[in-house]
Amino acid sequence: MGNYLLRRLLIALPSLLGISLVLFTVLALAPGDPFEELATNPAVPPEVRLALRAQLGLDDPVWQRYLHWLSSMLQGNWGFSFVSRIDVDTLILQRLPVTIAIVGSAVILGLVVALPVGILAAVKPYSWFDRIASTLAFIGFSLPTFFIGLLFILLFSIELGWLPFVFRADLSETGWRWWIEQFKQSVMPVTVLGMAFAASWMRYVRSSVLDVVRLDYVATARSKGLSERVVILKHATRNALIPVVTLVALQLPQLFGGAIVTEQIFRIPGIGSLLIDAILRNDTPVIMAVTFVLSALVILFNLLADVLYGWLDPRISYR
Amino acid sequence: MNEHQIRGLIDEVKAGKLPRRGFIQQMVGLGLTAPMASMMLMQAGVAQAQTAMPTYKPTKRGGGGTLKVLWWQGPVHLNPHWATGTKEQEGSRIFYEPLAAWDNDGNLFPVLAAEVPTSQNGGVSADGKVITWKLKQGVTWHDGKPFTADDVVFNWEFIKDPATASSLIAVYKDIKVEKLDSHTVRITFPKATPFWAEPFVGTNGMILPKHLFAPYMGAKSREAPMNMAPVGTGPYKFVDFKPGDMVRGALNPNYHQPNRPYFDNFEMKGGGDAIGAARAVLQTGEYDYAWNLQVEDEILKRLEASGKGKVTIVPGGNIEFILLNVTDPWNEVDGERASVKSKHPAFQDKAVREAMGLLVDRKSVEDFIYGRTGVATANFLNNPERYRSKTTKFEFNVDKANQVLEAAGWKKGADGIRAKGNVKLKFVYQTSVNQPRQKTQAIVKDACAKAGIELELKSVTAAVFFGGDFANPDTYQKFWSDMQMYTTTMTQPDPQTFMEQYCSWELAQKENKWAKRNISRWRSEEYDKLHTAAQSEMDAVKRAAMFVKMNELVIADGYIIPVVFRPRPSAAALKLVAPLSGWDNDMWALPHWYKES
Repeated sequence: MGNYLLRRLLIALPSLLGISLVLFTVLALAPGDPFEELATNPAVPPEVRLALRAQLGLDDPVWQRYLHWLSSMLQGNWGFSFVSRIDVDTLILQRLPVTIAIVGSAVILGLVVALPVGILAAVKPYSWFDRIASTLAFIGFSLPTFFIGLLFILLFSIELGWLPFVFRADLSETGWRWWIEQFKQSVMPVTVLGMAFAASWMRYVRSSVLDVVRLDYVATARSKGLSERVVILKHATRNALIPVVTLVALQLPQLFGGAIVTEQIFRIPGIGSLLIDAILRNDTPVIMAVTFVLSALVILFNLLADVLYGWLDPRISYR
Repeated sequence: MNEHQIRGLIDEVKAGKLPRRGFIQQMVGLGLTAPMASMMLMQAGVAQAQTAMPTYKPTKRGGGGTLKVLWWQGPVHLNPHWATGTKEQEGSRIFYEPLAAWDNDGNLFPVLAAEVPTSQNGGVSADGKVITWKLKQGVTWHDGKPFTADDVVFNWEFIKDPATASSLIAVYKDIKVEKLDSHTVRITFPKATPFWAEPFVGTNGMILPKHLFAPYMGAKSREAPMNMAPVGTGPYKFVDFKPGDMVRGALNPNYHQPNRPYFDNFEMKGGGDAIGAARAVLQTGEYDYAWNLQVEDEILKRLEASGKGKVTIVPGGNIEFILLNVTDPWNEVDGERASVKSKHPAFQDKAVREAMGLLVDRKSVEDFIYGRTGVATANFLNNPERYRSKTTKFEFNVDKANQVLEAAGWKKGADGIRAKGNVKLKFVYQTSVNQPRQKTQAIVKDACAKAGIELELKSVTAAVFFGGDFANPDTYQKFWSDMQMYTTTMTQPDPQTFMEQYCSWELAQKENKWAKRNISRWRSEEYDKLHTAAQSEMDAVKRAAMFVKMNELVIADGYIIPVVFRPRPSAAALKLVAPLSGWDNDMWALPHWYKES
């Protein structure tokens, strides 16, 4: 097991290096300039922009910039944002709590909905409950989050006026009022995101439970006289969850990456909106840091999912 | 309008026959700015008008609750000297103040200055090289330290150091600033400077505290904690800041103006999009004020109908215009496309340019696309008949365009497209991807088709078009097409640097990596001479006449076709009283904001 982990981690290193190289090259090739606003402002002499570019090393060859980035990244220096001139890690740490809170609640909401609904639907396939749940799931993943988000805003904020649609990271209220306000402003984004997760996961849970309940060992468990509850939860579901675990694990890096579209609609100051702002402003150090950490997390969670398999299914061994 | 006529108008103002405001409006109609017009009056000895602030009703400081404003692009730092756009200036303006600000009529409004320098009070020297500012007494920084002349001098040193990489360096690098006593500073310009109110004034002039910034000069300025947590003299004290998201402030109990500010707390939320911002103020009332609403007027009107807020539109220097290429974008001369040595095959004929001017239906563009947020213009539009220049006019007339082209020998071929020799009137018309721009392109294309000119429309993503990447063929600086359209912004009240975009030494070409500002590559010796002369012309009226003439030269030659003038729309809650100015930041009068009860 230890050997396996070590090997996987070593394999991850070249992949990370490759990822960073590709990311950096793509960003270098992309058009745009962080000082675009200076270029379009006729009152600012072009020399100012050229001096800024030279100062930040933007005019050096791409390979030189990459090596520079890599060496400082290895020393734990993430660089600083071109537009705000503050350290990238400070920027990310400022945004992380909100993203983890919102996406985390959405993932929990998604699981809480998807697991029971998926299992129930699979236990009684083609029943009314299954049909309604499946229809809703199809609607859920066919409608993009930005559309549902706008519908929610239109209904709950504008027509009914119940919920605010501008998210504020630092509410001025304290005590229980803070919790109420926080709840009010989080309801819409968490529901929109959570429902999108739930819709697809529910379909996976349903189909994998359906596959398992027909197997002989489930029939054996039933014929042993175990209660239906124990049969489904302990015998069928545990095996059925293996593919679902991979799926959920691969979504978890989003806790860090944020939900770009949803964050933009509700003005949530999370990592997703940081990333999109950085992309729009061609702020390379921020884009690099966010995307790189995101890809590192994807690799990590992949590994985590593989390790979880072993716990769920003792037949799998690591060599 | 020439120098003589402008003098006549000034005399009328002096005699009280023409209201001051009327004069300023006429000058604005000529393409000059209100601050410039007001400087002219000041020099002629007409006293400045008292800034027409709405009556400030609150009788004590505070008690107004929280003021919540929405900036759909939030500031990413709070150092005004690094601001690349207005968002950082606005965020900084909550905490920092300049010596004086520009009101909407172009008057200088003293903030940290005790009075505005004039020649009468000895503030402006006779040769126009020395300006003496008297500072307000008893002003303190948020940390309790006194504000003095040392702070002002320090800001000059800070900005002019190239290692600071300030976007304002051009304003400060050639002047000299000295402290005369604890509350007097003297600015010495290298040459006579008629428009002296640029350093330490308005968006360019916010003052940082010396006692905190002194250890962070030059390259070390990036490490200054105050870039994220400002300590200023403004009406609100800093509470916290998250780049791109939120700026918060709390009432400054020691603010230097009595009974101000009215609000106990201040919040500037950033992010999202312009329509959402308009909605949060006009429709749901979640926020009190939203800035720079680049939204179609139709939508603004619909939101306004909900009755929670109102849209205010203030003038500014933005012009949406079409450029006809002076050079040949399709053939290389000395290995360079659109080389300044070449001439555009069709546009070198004045008749074609004149026809193009006649085929831009500015009125429809205003009526059907921009509404209140884009006013049809040819610079001379709003002027009384007697001042309207004979050389520039604005007309939409397809028949006339046909006649002009016919007379110049451009005959329609079998395909309905006019041609002369082997030159066909087929042009590529490019702009950035932006809905109103694509609609404008369609309107022009339609009219041109009726006159036998075929336009191929091209739209380039804004990030590429304005990106300034010199390896990319589609940037507006390269202008490798026959025509292009975009908005040019005039961020400073004085047109000197703005008008440099037609000087021959500013030609954007290969040798300067297209980083210079003359993008149309239009040039004229007369224009160059006027521009150089205006730089040191001390007589404000003569100088204004020069700018009017420069304007005329550019327009009359037909390569530049102004389309609409784009004022700045913003939204405010119905009860909020917020004086705005088109010549300064939206936050210029923040201490005077209050809510009617």
